[in-house]
Amino acid sequence: MKEFLEGSRAVAEIVKMCKPGVISAYPITPQTHIVEELAQMVANGELNAQFVNVESEHSAASVVLGGVAAGVRSFTATSSQGLFYMAEVLFNISGMRLPLVMTCANRAISAPINIWNDQQDSLSLRDSGWVQLYAENIQEAVDLHLIGYRLSEDKSMMLPVMVCMDGFILTHGMEAVDMPKQEEVDKFLPAYKPLYKLDTAEPISMGLLADPDYYIETRFAMQETFKDALKLIPTINEEFKNCFNRDYKDGLVEEYYTKDAEKVIVAMGSVCGTIKEVVDAQRAKGKKIGLLKVISYRPFPYARVYDALKDVPRVAVLDKAVSLGAYAPLAIEIKAAFSGKKKSPKVISSFVAGLGGRDITAESVKEILTKLTQKEINLEFIDLKPELLKEEYGE
Amino acid sequence: MKEIRIHARAGQGAITTATLLGYAYFLKGMYPYAFPNFGAARMGAPMNAFVRVDTKPVRLRSQIYEPDYILVMDPTLMRGFNCFSGLKEDGIAIINDKEGADAPKVKTKQKVFVVPATDIAMKAIGRPLGNTALIGAFAAATGQLDLDTLLEVIKKRFKGKAQEGNIEAVKQGYEYIKRR
Repeated sequence: MKEFLEGSRAVAEIVKMCKPGVISAYPITPQTHIVEELAQMVANGELNAQFVNVESEHSAASVVLGGVAAGVRSFTATSSQGLFYMAEVLFNISGMRLPLVMTCANRAISAPINIWNDQQDSLSLRDSGWVQLYAENIQEAVDLHLIGYRLSEDKSMMLPVMVCMDGFILTHGMEAVDMPKQEEVDKFLPAYKPLYKLDTAEPISMGLLADPDYYIETRFAMQETFKDALKLIPTINEEFKNCFNRDYKDGLVEEYYTKDAEKVIVAMGSVCGTIKEVVDAQRAKGKKIGLLKVISYRPFPYARVYDALKDVPRVAVLDKAVSLGAYAPLAIEIKAAFSGKKKSPKVISSFVAGLGGRDITAESVKEILTKLTQKEINLEFIDLKPELLKEEYGE
Repeated sequence: MKEIRIHARAGQGAITTATLLGYAYFLKGMYPYAFPNFGAARMGAPMNAFVRVDTKPVRLRSQIYEPDYILVMDPTLMRGFNCFSGLKEDGIAIINDKEGADAPKVKTKQKVFVVPATDIAMKAIGRPLGNTALIGAFAAATGQLDLDTLLEVIKKRFKGKAQEGNIEAVKQGYEYIKRR
């Protein structure tokens, strides 16, 4: 049934339907309404879960680690500095092969202090062994939580999933969302059955010391699993379509008018909506523009990206994050997808926009298209204020 | 597509206003996207909320720079800041100010309505929260929403005394414009 919901509320509703038994959070900025709503649901008796308020994000991640290790489906949400404070535990969760879903409300990183949206937080944790899926709108954010739990808990996976949704733009935005029924969710997502669990009756140890004789194999195994995930994500999306009648195709990327395109922009998250508007307007004028939306950043679907862009002459990658001193995080992957390949775009230009909540408008997108010429750009910031740069250099 | 920009100070209910308007459009079968833009994230700091609405799902995620409609919830925001920036040539602005306050000068085809929304709210609700009176005025001034839809929204959003007071405030805001 379609409802008019705030993004955070919609995510809380779907998490409730996934019936987690343990939810943990540290209630301070930058937390989200998601856990606030879930705390209310638990207090009201609508959700039979333990809500554990803790003293830090490090502990919040540790509590859900413990929850899953004890065999209970768990959930937490975070953002920005909170995610960074969790970082150590995030590597433990993936290294211990514990299935978990966490929402990251994408926000900028200090310093300077900034509470607004970009994708620097999750992209900085790309190497943590978590699957990262990016939502374009609130509906996708909701659906990715369902897909995320299925993927995470699949016995061939046993890896955590981070659902990334743009802070404020999606978490605080309100739009019509088609919320599934509980029985539909129950059918798609059966109760979690762990392979192993912490149990005092049958004690086991998890996350032990692995000396040089053992450690590297754990990372090899995870790398192999991420390869398998590239096949599993399309399978789960197919099943999702059959259950909920929403089609995300392979669930790895979305191709929007890429087939005959002369210029394609590659991006992730809510900005893809703005780009689609520009694509439609340009197409109406006869200009062959397209969008490649990357949904799965980890695992990164190199083969799909290659197929989608191999015949496109010019590609612009729009990043909402930086990897200072190198190409931007999404641009790095897009370039890597064509390394040593027979076919390739003639130009793959890299642009950074929207850092710290700087608004990305249709004009920003058009500027990128204008700058996507025969000359490759590596990389250029869009929508800079020249007057501020002058001050910085003390001219 | 129609775009509404709300000017307020944090704590004055701009997000609630955007929510109520968005929900009213939703009940009409439209696709609204209502969203805030925070300033300093402190009570009293100037901030905006927006509603972008269309007959199909809204994909454009940027803020609103050329609104069809403007709601100003606090007239002191107009001192030193151009709340009318980018207002469409035939745009409509609704300003919460004291009865008889001067309306700012605008372009020929643009319209400005001044509504004593805070005074209406003080009488109807007992608190200086003029947003529901303002959305009543919005409906009357723009013809975008009808009174019955707004009342349905208020009934879903508020309970008990708050519901009664806000229904009264919406009606008075609506009638204030209709009487002009």
